[in-house]
Amino acid sequence: MPEGSPDRPRAWQRLWRRAGARTALLVLGILVALAVLGPWFSPWQPQALDWSQLAQPPQLGHGHWLGTDRLGRDLYVRTLYGLRLSLALSLIASGVSLLIGIAWGSIAGFAGGRIDGWMMRVVDVLYALPYLFIVIILTSLVARGSLWVLLVGLGGVGWLTTARIVRAQTLALRGREFIVAARATGLAGGQIITRHIVPNLMGTVLAYAALTIPQMILFESFLSFLGLGVQEPHASLGNLVYGGAQEMESAPWMLLGPAAVLVALLLCLNRLGDGLRDALDPREY
Amino acid sequence: MADRVLRLSDFSVRFATAAGSVPAATEVSLSVAAGECLGVVGESGAGKSQLFLGALGLLAANGRAAGRAQLQGRDLLGLPARELDAVRGRRVGMVFQDPMTSLTPHLRIGTQIAQVRMRHLGEPAAEARRRALELLRRVHVNDPEQRLLQYPHELSGGMRQRAMIAIALAGNPQLLIADEPTTALDVTVQAQILALLQELKRETGLALILISHDLGAVAGLADTVAVMRQGRLIECAPATELFASPRQAYTRALLEEARALAAPVPAQASGEAPVALEARALSVSYPVPAGGWGRRAALAALSEASLTLHAGESLGVVGESGSGKSTLARALLKLVPHTAGRVVWMGRDLDALSRARLRAQRRDLQIIFQDPLGSLDPRMRVAELVGEGLRVHEPSLSAAARRAAAQAMLARVGLEAGLMERYPHELSGGQGQRVGIARAMVLAPKLLVCDEPVSSLDVHSQAQVVELIAALKRETGLALLFVSHNLGIVQRLCERVLVLYLGRMMELAPAGALFAAPRHPYTRELLAAIPLPDPRLQPGRLSAVRAGEAPSPRDPPSGCVYRTRCPFAQAACAAARPAWEAASGQGAVACRRWREI
Repeated sequence: MPEGSPDRPRAWQRLWRRAGARTALLVLGILVALAVLGPWFSPWQPQALDWSQLAQPPQLGHGHWLGTDRLGRDLYVRTLYGLRLSLALSLIASGVSLLIGIAWGSIAGFAGGRIDGWMMRVVDVLYALPYLFIVIILTSLVARGSLWVLLVGLGGVGWLTTARIVRAQTLALRGREFIVAARATGLAGGQIITRHIVPNLMGTVLAYAALTIPQMILFESFLSFLGLGVQEPHASLGNLVYGGAQEMESAPWMLLGPAAVLVALLLCLNRLGDGLRDALDPREY
Repeated sequence: MADRVLRLSDFSVRFATAAGSVPAATEVSLSVAAGECLGVVGESGAGKSQLFLGALGLLAANGRAAGRAQLQGRDLLGLPARELDAVRGRRVGMVFQDPMTSLTPHLRIGTQIAQVRMRHLGEPAAEARRRALELLRRVHVNDPEQRLLQYPHELSGGMRQRAMIAIALAGNPQLLIADEPTTALDVTVQAQILALLQELKRETGLALILISHDLGAVAGLADTVAVMRQGRLIECAPATELFASPRQAYTRALLEEARALAAPVPAQASGEAPVALEARALSVSYPVPAGGWGRRAALAALSEASLTLHAGESLGVVGESGSGKSTLARALLKLVPHTAGRVVWMGRDLDALSRARLRAQRRDLQIIFQDPLGSLDPRMRVAELVGEGLRVHEPSLSAAARRAAAQAMLARVGLEAGLMERYPHELSGGQGQRVGIARAMVLAPKLLVCDEPVSSLDVHSQAQVVELIAALKRETGLALLFVSHNLGIVQRLCERVLVLYLGRMMELAPAGALFAAPRHPYTRELLAAIPLPDPRLQPGRLSAVRAGEAPSPRDPPSGCVYRTRCPFAQAACAAARPAWEAASGQGAVACRRWREI
């Protein structure tokens, strides 16, 4: 028998070895740092109007590094605030949808039989609803631009797929011998789920989560772009891109700055998700 | 010597890894002649497979072979890929351990055989198909016409391995390399495959290389035996000589282990201890898809099994795969639901217990599994794995106390404290199985069910783990239910033995009586199939092996399920299920004719 190899690289080491994932992580790190700290370096406030500098293109001289919009608000600061809001919203929404999805999927998968059938029918029914319509109706009925409605809308879409993935994984795990061993030891169903099933799902779920965050950002941006998400004067990447798109011909910088940040963010999160999926696959060394 | 089919001289195989160049085989010189069988034995990792893969240019991408390898005088190393392709399949046929993974799943058996003939002999398709049928007959596949059109998954393990041999023979090779060809098979099927190889060698003048970890398997076939250890050839001698007077200490140790596993140990009678576990007419059936449209049929995995196990007693359960032995083991612990009958533990009906009471009861009823790594949660460290039962059953214990108990138990099963922080994939198979044993024993159970605990280990670890279980039983006086397809191990460990076939009980008897004077014809067949590590007896035993496969449990024969394979079957055997008759000496047997035969 070959001895086990304690020196087998851990998942994060395998992740770090992939050039694509490494670049993505570095760029993401920079973006997050900018979102948190970036506004400090600029003298401007996101909602402050600079009447002397309306719709100025980017330049260093007047301190508006990414230019200003029609109202003279600094686009550098607004973009970073937008990035901050988009990141926070998508992280919270992904987190909530992960929690619900993991709980729902693992209970359904582990219980099996009729309980599983009913729980998954609920998921099927929710899937069948045209989500975009519901969110649009919700956001226009309830206070327009309420962050809570947005969160509910985003989370409501996200957890369904997570629940399905988790259930499929749970079904596969349930047949494994170590789960039989846990039952033989005398663990109750809830303990088996929390101690043995969920830890073994986390690899797949994390990789999937890294791919849901960009979906959430995109969805939030899309809603904001439609004018249903984050409302002016608050900035999100979505409504900045929307605002920029209106001035695309006369003032392209209003679109380019926020759009570049959005594209970089989505690309990096996708690369990171792919990298995570590969690195967490035990068959990959 | 010109008659040498394959000759390796100073042949080495190395692998380039992240940790530098690792030798798999070092300066091995071997040869095999036409009509001769060379047995190559050694533990896993001894380099015995890599040696021949290297000679045929089949190493993994990071492997390098050096030295000389000549096939009929022609150097193989450095041969262009195209010419090597012409050698493999045409001059040399290979048979691997797992026929399921070495057959192409989406091609019919007939196509896979015919391809070899079309590719290597340039036969037209129709002719190749005709020859494929002949080859299937040659390897004694039943219903060969039908098998030609079947896919690999539709065949039983034994039939698949026969088909694999037919493919290996299709190019009329001069050399057949069989790499652990029977390791994945049941003991009766193993005997049949070995008998087929013996027949092929005798009748075709093929040179045969049999790679195996099992000295018993090699003893029946090999004219010369080579022993490998850590990539080196440590001893090579004619089989009779090597088995009679091995020169190397390592060879002697291997032989002793093989003989110990096959030799009976007189079991001590347990006296009249109270009944601990009792199963009454226990049946388990699983729903299986039947036809289409979601229709379901019941597959009877276990049918009316009744047994009693006394405190401190050890009962062996043997049978082929599909005999229901694992199902019985799990049903006794209520890990699979039974469809009829009941299980009584210490006078308490386990079915009547509430879920919480049953969970508390599990402390006394522990189990160890066949696959040590599969039965350990891959995300938990050894210390947590072993301590988990205590966390459930003794919640008042502090984390430190739990850890100390786990450590003490690990020490008892022979593992160092350094392994406490390891994950299961960082353990070897033998270490993993010890962790499994420690996890069960840390709860001080009164019954330990062992479900094929050593089948996935190599011979060396097998002997050690069996020894460990025996010692634990002696020390703690626990009752043991030991499920295995390996009769040698059961004989060594168990006081009574239950023989199962297709989910039915065939015979139950004290181990000594069962092995000395088996009553049921199936027990006799099982015993005759055990390969003995003795080249004087084993070839004769192989020639006497009878063909025959277990029927599908979906469609068991009427009456006595064994009758389709039984040499003593009569018309009456098909009519009614044989009664479970008590025989003399505490035994019982289910056979109408056990008194006459």
